[in-house]
Amino acid sequence: MPITQSEVEKIAKLANLELTTEERESFSVQLAAIIEYIDQLNELDTSNIKPWQPKSAGEMSQSSASREDIVGPSLGQQKALEQSPDHDEGHFLVPRVIGG
Amino acid sequence: MTIKRTIDQIHELYASGESTPGEITKAALDRIERDNAGLNAFLMVDREGAERRAKAMNAGIKADLTHKPLAGIPVAIKDNLCAEGLRTTCASRILGNYVPPYTATAVRKLEEAGAIIVGKTNLDEFAMGGSTENSAFGPSRNPWNVDYVPGGSSGGSAVAVAAGHVPVSLGSDTGGSIRQPASFCGIVGLKPTYGRVSRYGLVAFASSLDQIGPLANNVRDTARMLQVISGHDRYDSTSANVEVPDYLGALTGDIKGLRIGVPSECFGEGLDAEVREKVEAAIKLLEDRGARVVEVSLPHTRYVVAVYYIIATAEASSNLARFDGVRYGFRAEESRTLSEMYRRTRDEGFGAEVKRRIMLGTFVLSSGYYDAYYEKAQRVRAMLVNDFAEAFRKCDVIATPTAPTPPFRIGEKSDDPLAMYLGDIYTVTINLAGVPAISIPCGVSKDNLPIGIQFIGPHFEEARLLNAAYAMEK
Repeated sequence: MPITQSEVEKIAKLANLELTTEERESFSVQLAAIIEYIDQLNELDTSNIKPWQPKSAGEMSQSSASREDIVGPSLGQQKALEQSPDHDEGHFLVPRVIGG
Repeated sequence: MTIKRTIDQIHELYASGESTPGEITKAALDRIERDNAGLNAFLMVDREGAERRAKAMNAGIKADLTHKPLAGIPVAIKDNLCAEGLRTTCASRILGNYVPPYTATAVRKLEEAGAIIVGKTNLDEFAMGGSTENSAFGPSRNPWNVDYVPGGSSGGSAVAVAAGHVPVSLGSDTGGSIRQPASFCGIVGLKPTYGRVSRYGLVAFASSLDQIGPLANNVRDTARMLQVISGHDRYDSTSANVEVPDYLGALTGDIKGLRIGVPSECFGEGLDAEVREKVEAAIKLLEDRGARVVEVSLPHTRYVVAVYYIIATAEASSNLARFDGVRYGFRAEESRTLSEMYRRTRDEGFGAEVKRRIMLGTFVLSSGYYDAYYEKAQRVRAMLVNDFAEAFRKCDVIATPTAPTPPFRIGEKSDDPLAMYLGDIYTVTINLAGVPAISIPCGVSKDNLPIGIQFIGPHFEEARLLNAAYAMEK
């Protein structure tokens, strides 16, 4: 399946990526080749097969997966904010959300 | 070449008083310092911390040997595993300055077992790749021949062991990222059963496929590492509450009657002739040692790469949405609005392969394509799981090549992502099925580059794999 540059732009927008002109060009060629390759799955009749589902924690375990709901120590506000590029008075700071 | 000591040998030196954790750790750090400009295995070396912790162990080492399986052993960990206070980059610009405030469960267990973490190793950015060329901090190089890739994505962890910097290391494996670099560097690498090892503190790539595991120079050290890191963890709801057997005790070397399944689909088109020859010779060797070879079928082998690159990228596009410049890591300067800041941060922060996979994953999950790609892949994944269940009715262990070729040259495949993906054909299916697999060396090519064989087992049968590998190693 060929993939146009405008489709690449649409996917980039969904993925919160901007991409340079060169990236858009190379990705449209590379993604088309990859999608053509994965399209070979259409050779398989899967109409009677249920999609794979992860096993639940209970199925993976020898005993019940539930536990007592006990309050334990957590990271704390200071540590949680420490790695943020910009924060103030216990809040993450970001550029304006509306307008501008 | 550096003298490579096993954990047992280092422990003998400690027991006899011939050496101390301080000396062994200093020697490891000196070797890393000497080699790293050439091999680029380490992104960060914690010389000060490692020397301090090692020296503090000197006095009590003989007592520690009785109850700490990794007492005084220098260990390297892949740089997508968090250790409190140690910079963790995932080889990405977007996490270039990230210092995690907590420690991964697997890393904590190593430390509790007496291991000394000496540094963080290079990888393909966010573990996406099979050559360690996709690192924002430059490629690692294969110690067998520095013009060749060490494999990936746990390339740095494989190089650190193969070059004799450390006896053991930790990697992560989403589609072969422990086993393929182990194969390319001539060492042992094990991908445990999904759920065997807690993923808490591993930066997520594809959550239904990721698993942490050991790399080592020999099977005994691999078994010892697995023993330490395995088990249920309340911080990872997908970690299994299944008893951890005695992996070291399972190493008898006796494989009489072990049924080794050989799937013809893994020995056909696309397999390098030399790899085929070495892997077949290794299977013959096991037969000579008492194993029985049986034919099995993995009929959907030709579809596994397609299934994998749909599911892994879909999960990655979701997992990597968290990198937005708000809570941690890199943020692009001077954006006018929040949405512009998100886009520019991700544009400048992620490398090409990561963007490519986020794009593919976003595409296969997008409205109008979800059923045709993502759901279709999950249906075929169910078929693959069933293929393994059928095969394990007839055999105890399945043997395949780890990779279809010996190591390739740096730069050889970097412009052709699909060619790179096709190299994952024998490894990705193991992650899709959630079963364990080990890669161990089985020979070298005429160019003197290592070749590995992969043993695959049913869920939670790592002990069986380790013993088969041990029988071959002897």
